[in-house]
Amino acid sequence: MTTATALDEGRDLLRLTTAGSVDDGKSTLIGRILADAGALTADQIATLAAQAVREGREQIDLARITDGLTAEREQGITIDVAYRYFATPRRSFILADVPGHEQYTRNKVTGASKATAALLLVDARQGMTAQTRRHICIAALLGIRDVVFAVNKMDLVDWSQDAFVRMRGAIEGFTARLGFRSRHVVPVSARSGDNVVNASEAMPWYRGAPLLGLLEALPPSAVAAAGPFRMSVQMASRPQGASTHDFRGCMGRIAQGTLRVGERIVVAPGGRESTVQGILTPRGPAASASAGQSVTVTLADDIDAGRGFMLASAEHPPRTGREVTAALCWLDAAPQDPRAPYLVRVGAREVAARIALPDARLDIDTLERAPGGKPLAANDIGEARIRLQDDIAYDAYAACKATGAFIVIDSRTNATVAAGMIEHGL
Amino acid sequence: MSFAASSVISLPREPAMTASDAVPAPGHLDLLESEGVYILREVAAQFERPALLFSGGKDSAVVLHLAIKAFAPGRMPFILLHVDTGQNYPEVLDFRDRAAEAAGARLVVRSVEDSIRQGRVVLRDPNESRNAHQSVTLLDAIEEFGFDACIGGARRDEEKARAKERVFSFRDSFGGWDPRRQRPELWDLYSGRIGAGENMRVFPISDWTEADIWRYIARENVALPELYFAHEREVVERGNRLIPVHPLVPLRAGETPVVRSVRFRTVGDITCTCPVASTARTAEDILIETLAAETSERGATRLDDAASEAAMERRKLAGYF
Repeated sequence: MTTATALDEGRDLLRLTTAGSVDDGKSTLIGRILADAGALTADQIATLAAQAVREGREQIDLARITDGLTAEREQGITIDVAYRYFATPRRSFILADVPGHEQYTRNKVTGASKATAALLLVDARQGMTAQTRRHICIAALLGIRDVVFAVNKMDLVDWSQDAFVRMRGAIEGFTARLGFRSRHVVPVSARSGDNVVNASEAMPWYRGAPLLGLLEALPPSAVAAAGPFRMSVQMASRPQGASTHDFRGCMGRIAQGTLRVGERIVVAPGGRESTVQGILTPRGPAASASAGQSVTVTLADDIDAGRGFMLASAEHPPRTGREVTAALCWLDAAPQDPRAPYLVRVGAREVAARIALPDARLDIDTLERAPGGKPLAANDIGEARIRLQDDIAYDAYAACKATGAFIVIDSRTNATVAAGMIEHGL
Repeated sequence: MSFAASSVISLPREPAMTASDAVPAPGHLDLLESEGVYILREVAAQFERPALLFSGGKDSAVVLHLAIKAFAPGRMPFILLHVDTGQNYPEVLDFRDRAAEAAGARLVVRSVEDSIRQGRVVLRDPNESRNAHQSVTLLDAIEEFGFDACIGGARRDEEKARAKERVFSFRDSFGGWDPRRQRPELWDLYSGRIGAGENMRVFPISDWTEADIWRYIARENVALPELYFAHEREVVERGNRLIPVHPLVPLRAGETPVVRSVRFRTVGDITCTCPVASTARTAEDILIETLAAETSERGATRLDDAASEAAMERRKLAGYF
């Protein structure tokens, strides 16, 4: 490898979330991807081989590659999201590996919130389960664009094309209305490796790419470079040095769009306008910066734009107000209390909130709207009106994730109790 | 650290550009850097007494580098805290002191030796590794200074318990990590709300891999202790490891020291970190070796993790980094 190749940081990253039901072979599949893609080192393979010898097995157990905590091994379950990092010659992957238990919806929401693609497992013998439908539903709700279904354990249905075609029909039927940009269904056997990294000889009737090839060909998880400029101010920068006493900066990371020196911006809520005077990036002063970059912005006018304010394009300002409707995923064990002192955190702004009983809830088996009225409990998805103590600046979640997403914190326990998406119909 | 060295900042005053001027998309390393800066600013904004855990190792050197950038042209606001096992390489401690001074930061060192003298740590064997005992000293320092957040350089690709870490990792008033009590961490919304006596550990380079670290060190010329680069050292071969010859790591019967060209892939307590054979004398060369490596970062180099498959998990439950 040359130094230039090694130093090339790459620009092609896929943020992927994966989910499956209990026992559908997700751990084995991920282990298989890592092993066959060459992402394991010799000492990791040696550890697995030693385990196999100790436990009297002839082959290494691929599921153990992603084995987590002692507590999990003792109970034979996975508790928490694990993050895996691997690269192929074509791109880098960050994989949020989410456990399948129904009670861990919060993990699925967490994994899906940062991903643009989802890998969902279906057991070829069982088809879509309630858990599979819940995963699909959450992926759609959180705005995942691309989904890949791995129909696993094809070896246990004799590599049957009929079984696969039936399964694919059911998946395509269920997901047709969900607005995904792309849907792929691939027959695999994680245990034997068929169609995971390498094409399957046992399923010559399948003409598509193996799973890893499909994942490599999905659109990259690009930052939101398009769309009007948005940046939450994390802090004001007012250094106390003799040479910097006039410096007044707004520190934040650009959530969407591009910022250029000389452009008009608005500080929201409030609506005061100013002109961008300077942009300081981690690599020094710049004439422009774009989504994903942390910057310190100086403005032509000395206006108060500290933590909790949003800098935005003056031409395309965000909405502001103190009442919003939102889709909510309830994450906490304690159910919603319409009188509880919640805090809503949008960007860097934290505002006291009252959350009304939901107007509707989502039946995840049918994907139909169901009547609301009752408090949301753990794993429920509903639509509710939220009254805020102070104005916030926001966009609809579908228009800009970063300014349309929020979390709900119970100020009594500090627990994060819900994830919300503004004006995001069920 | 050229970026921080200049406290005078000249801001450009170019005329406004038109929307058609294409801005190149930031690359993967730029995005990781900006994510780290974003997380460090969240810490500064949300906590009253944050500390940055700084050992002089490569990961904490990268975090310090990010912290200096994050607050320029202002001062880096974090106190640096080092928990010294008393068994660190002197050149690493020298580097630690020089880096803290260059950053203009206050450095607080608390030592496991003191914890032993105070009876807070009891060694069962005078030669046992003090690595796990750092937790006691760390928790005592957190209490002494009232630190409400401790920033660390742990990465999720290092180890399987770390693969499950949050960016904002909640610790109870005993400092323990309970994976079941972690908060859901959605989008880029990090909640740092804690009660009295509770604490947050924050990991701004969670998403970086070992290769990202070296690529960044090469790009930014991040200064590191010399130990990281290939040098001649007396070692013995023990199993698949190279054990440094040092009074703290006694030779076993039949072992003969040899001089080899080696570098340290991780740097920690002398008793639990081993060098690897290498001729890489620059960050670029180390990056190339890292990309081709046949062993994992901690696999051939950490005696503390090798002790058991769950060693890191157990240390974390007890309050480790």
